[in-house]
Amino acid sequence: MHELSIAHSLVETASRAAQDAGVQQVQAVHLRLGALAGVVKEALLFSYDIAAEGTVLAGSRLEIEDIPVAIHCPNCAVTSTLASIQSFCCPLCGQPSADIRQGRELELVSLEVSDEQPTYP
Amino acid sequence: MNSPRILEIRRSVLEKNDVLAQNLRARFTAAGVLVINLVSSPGAGKTALLEATLRHLRENGIGAAALVGDLATDNDAQRLARSGAPVRQIVTGGNCHLEADMIETHLADWGLALDSLDCLFIENVGNLVCPASYDLGEHLRVVLFSVTEGEDKPLKYPIIFNTADVAIITKIDLAAAVEFDRDAATAAIHAVHPGISILETSAKTGKGMSNWLDYLNTCRNSFALHRITP
Repeated sequence: MHELSIAHSLVETASRAAQDAGVQQVQAVHLRLGALAGVVKEALLFSYDIAAEGTVLAGSRLEIEDIPVAIHCPNCAVTSTLASIQSFCCPLCGQPSADIRQGRELELVSLEVSDEQPTYP
Repeated sequence: MNSPRILEIRRSVLEKNDVLAQNLRARFTAAGVLVINLVSSPGAGKTALLEATLRHLRENGIGAAALVGDLATDNDAQRLARSGAPVRQIVTGGNCHLEADMIETHLADWGLALDSLDCLFIENVGNLVCPASYDLGEHLRVVLFSVTEGEDKPLKYPIIFNTADVAIITKIDLAAAVEFDRDAATAAIHAVHPGISILETSAKTGKGMSNWLDYLNTCRNSFALHRITP
């Protein structure tokens, strides 16, 4: 279970980006998660709220886009997504291929931010 | 109230680890040290294989050292030190995997002269899940699985087998006793990583050790092994 440490890295990266941009409030964090990233989505969602506590991300949503694995088949010269990571074979012709074109992503894509300034009395 | 706007970031969550790992790899390559990250489940025989490997390498005049990750004890480091090779323990304090900054910190404290080495082994924490996500700056990721674990293990932990550069089936001396199905195991490994090299070893009897040592030697001779980092 290393999702808490992944969540901390995510919060650290996102907080720094928010601060650099002078953002006051973050509503959502968008993440691309590849099927080969080795991260369990549910465990990451659970860990995120804990990691975000006390930061500019506190109370924000973590939106995760699942990215399937895509391999390139040398026979068909086609890149296809795989239904399962238990079989790295071209879905068109059955040829095994280790030429992975997608699926390792663990990428912070964007932040949904509000530019509203806090109001002072 | 303003409507929310989108702030583009497009950055890897593990960027910090990946950058550190790339710097480490560049250092290792410049010093001519082949770095090998050993991963497996607990009890698959990483320490036994490493002990036999260090002994053979020393006997053949090849300079080797080991960094050993463990949750809580330094038993493995003590065992490996018997080979006479320099060994250093990384006690992770419960952390289930090693990260690049642990390698960097321990190397700095150790004061090991990389230039005098040919091979540096990193024995990861026994775990087939978490170590898959962390590049440690190695040139080779070696996944071990023993004949006693069940032939379908690669299908249960596809990511670690997929990210490895070579797979070693260990404890091959027990194959007959546990009715190990070699074809099923090979098929499972190749299903999750087509084309990966598979070796078989017994650290106990020495069977297959020469193939493994030849493999290491070939790798040492061709530093064209830049792993694709996740």
